[in-house]
Amino acid sequence: MKILVPVKRVCDPDHANKVKLSADGSAVTSDGLEWKPNPFDEYAVEAALRLNENAPKNEKLGETIVVSLGSADVAQTLRQALAMGADRGILVEANDAQLDSSVVARALKAIVDKEKPDLVLMGKQTVDGDSNAVGQMLAEQLGWPMATFAMTISTTDGGKTLTVGREVDTGVLTLKLTLPAVVTVDLRIVAPTAIKNGATPADHKYNEGARYASLKGIMQAKKKPIDQSKLADLGIDTATTASYAKFELPAARSGSTVFVETVDDLLAKLRNDAKAI
Amino acid sequence: MTDVLVVSELIDGGLRKNTLTAVTLAKQVAEGTGGAFDILAIGAGAKNAATELAKFGARKVFVAEIGGGYFAEKYAPTVADVAKKGSYGVVTACASTYGKDLLPRVAAKLAAANISDISAAKIDGGKVVYKRPMYAGNVFGWTSPTTAVACVGVRQSEFVGAVAGGGASAVEEVAVSTDAAAARVEFVGLESQKSARPELTEAATVVSGGRALKSGENFKLVLEPLVDAMGAAMGASRAAVDAGYVPGDLQVGQTGKVVAPKLYVAVGISGAIQHLAGMKGSKVIVAINKDKEAPIAQVADYFLVADLFKAVPEMAEKVKALKAQG
Ligand SMILES: Cc1cc2nc3c(=O)[nH]c(=O)nc-3n(C[C@H](O)[C@H](O)[C@H](O)COP(=O)(O)OP(=O)(O)OC[C@H]3O[C@@H](n4cnc5c(N)ncnc54)[C@H](O)[C@@H]3O)c2cc1C
Ligand SMILES: Nc1ncnc2c1ncn2[C@@H]1O[C@H](COP(=O)(O)O)[C@@H](O)[C@H]1O
Repeated sequence: MKILVPVKRVCDPDHANKVKLSADGSAVTSDGLEWKPNPFDEYAVEAALRLNENAPKNEKLGETIVVSLGSADVAQTLRQALAMGADRGILVEANDAQLDSSVVARALKAIVDKEKPDLVLMGKQTVDGDSNAVGQMLAEQLGWPMATFAMTISTTDGGKTLTVGREVDTGVLTLKLTLPAVVTVDLRIVAPTAIKNGATPADHKYNEGARYASLKGIMQAKKKPIDQSKLADLGIDTATTASYAKFELPAARSGSTVFVETVDDLLAKLRNDAKAI
Repeated sequence: MTDVLVVSELIDGGLRKNTLTAVTLAKQVAEGTGGAFDILAIGAGAKNAATELAKFGARKVFVAEIGGGYFAEKYAPTVADVAKKGSYGVVTACASTYGKDLLPRVAAKLAAANISDISAAKIDGGKVVYKRPMYAGNVFGWTSPTTAVACVGVRQSEFVGAVAGGGASAVEEVAVSTDAAAARVEFVGLESQKSARPELTEAATVVSGGRALKSGENFKLVLEPLVDAMGAAMGASRAAVDAGYVPGDLQVGQTGKVVAPKLYVAVGISGAIQHLAGMKGSKVIVAINKDKEAPIAQVADYFLVADLFKAVPEMAEKVKALKAQG
């Protein structure tokens, strides 16, 4: 299968509480924080690689292309995915302030029109903007079927369809999509048996999580091609659909933590002070 | 003047209460801008839901009865057509997994801005400005659309559901629209585990367990008695779900459910940033953890430093006794 995986770089999500605001609150500054691939996108890369390999035989079944929009530095993010095993990269240079969900969706549509993948596999949301919208918008613009919040994916009907288990509020909702399609992934997609591609034995167990790049992978990634262009070259409408007037930090929780040693003490405080039980 | 269209969420042929949080936003925007709001009851059971939804002061309640299980390709064309006909400035739904799936697809049809998961809205010079959490709830952004129409997802834990009043809105059936993408999706099924406990996103008390519980059996034997003694909903950390102790729909956090109960009890949960994103809006937070230094202390009001396997059964017994006394 030819799979396109959009990947965004975000500032280290485990330190999102260290994100600061500019003095006038007009911008978010992540100075001093490391850039990482958006975790859900990393999971999408892993899922694409699993779909595109006969695991025990270490045999490639299809092409995995990673694409990122952002500053020229996102080449680094793309190299990380190439080191995991993706085949080539596409870098669309853009200023982060020019991008919102609609612009990213339109840009990805232009790339899909050109590359004609069977599947766009991507994160369900970025963990900086927390928008959770690009996949759905892209699917609509393409007129393709979609499955969001994927926790399992199996190829069915000889690879013409994908059966996707979606992790929803009320349980697991299963859809069967006729390709080409857009699938956005949730955390559990990197569980050991979440992906079944028809070639890898169904009982094969992957390691939990996204794979680490091997040294060999890192060396190979240096030679893999990254096609570079600019947002303006795509010939799309680049108007954003929303603007941010200001940002603020959440109010600190009032009071400090009261430490207790016994259940009796806890219950007395919950009843008498907090009036919570 | 901004008119608002609320899109309902139905399940098992009935209305999900979370729809009413979107009604609250709709009322606020309509009142604040001198507009009106309508509700679209859509899905299997829409007719019945419309009768219920007619009690909230909407100008109109539209009905689109669509059977056979939800997927966005099947609902979005009708939502978009109703939205176009009524020239609404805002199309809103609860930002549940349903709303998050459906609204951006509708937004793309309408060339509208998609504003996800808002925690508040205000009217500023006739314009609606939305507040939304970003960076796992560590920053709030105030945003407004630059398009004529916006699709807005409402974070359930931050809005109080609208309350039914007198009177009844006019109910009107609308045509169901379709598009080609829907023919390429087959609804296979929805598997949900029924629980007699209150729903996680609506409960006044939530008791969540983490990796420290060590097994699904311990969730049952150790945690459940406390959950039930407190009349609470049960939640979990990602680590507990990943380990297979409990199903995924119990996960609280950035990728699970966002809850803001009156009382949240985190048992054997360290308090990773992604977990805090889903519960730090709770009124009172209790941590039960043997490690005083666990990051959950950043948000906990009360921290019982103890081994959960000793403390939780004792607490279950004592809460039961307290409740029996009244
Ligand atoms: C993209 C992404 C999204 C994520 N989304 C979520 C999310 O939505 N929700 C979520 O929860 N996590 C999420 N996570 C995972 C998160 O980072 C943590 O890994 C997870 O929350 C840890 O779960 P835990 O607290 O149960 O386990 P641990 O971190 O292992 O903590 C266990 C705690 O139990 C305590 N303990 C151990 N034994 C006992 C005992 N006998 N008695 C009392 N205390 C004891 C320990 O001191 C420790 O504090 C996400 C991660 C990523 C990368
Ligand atoms: N700048 C970007 N470059 C590449 N992919 C992106 C970019 N922004 C968003 N995406 C993709 O869209 C998904 C959803 O993002 P969002 O809707 O912004 O939360 C992400 O998980 C990525 O796969």
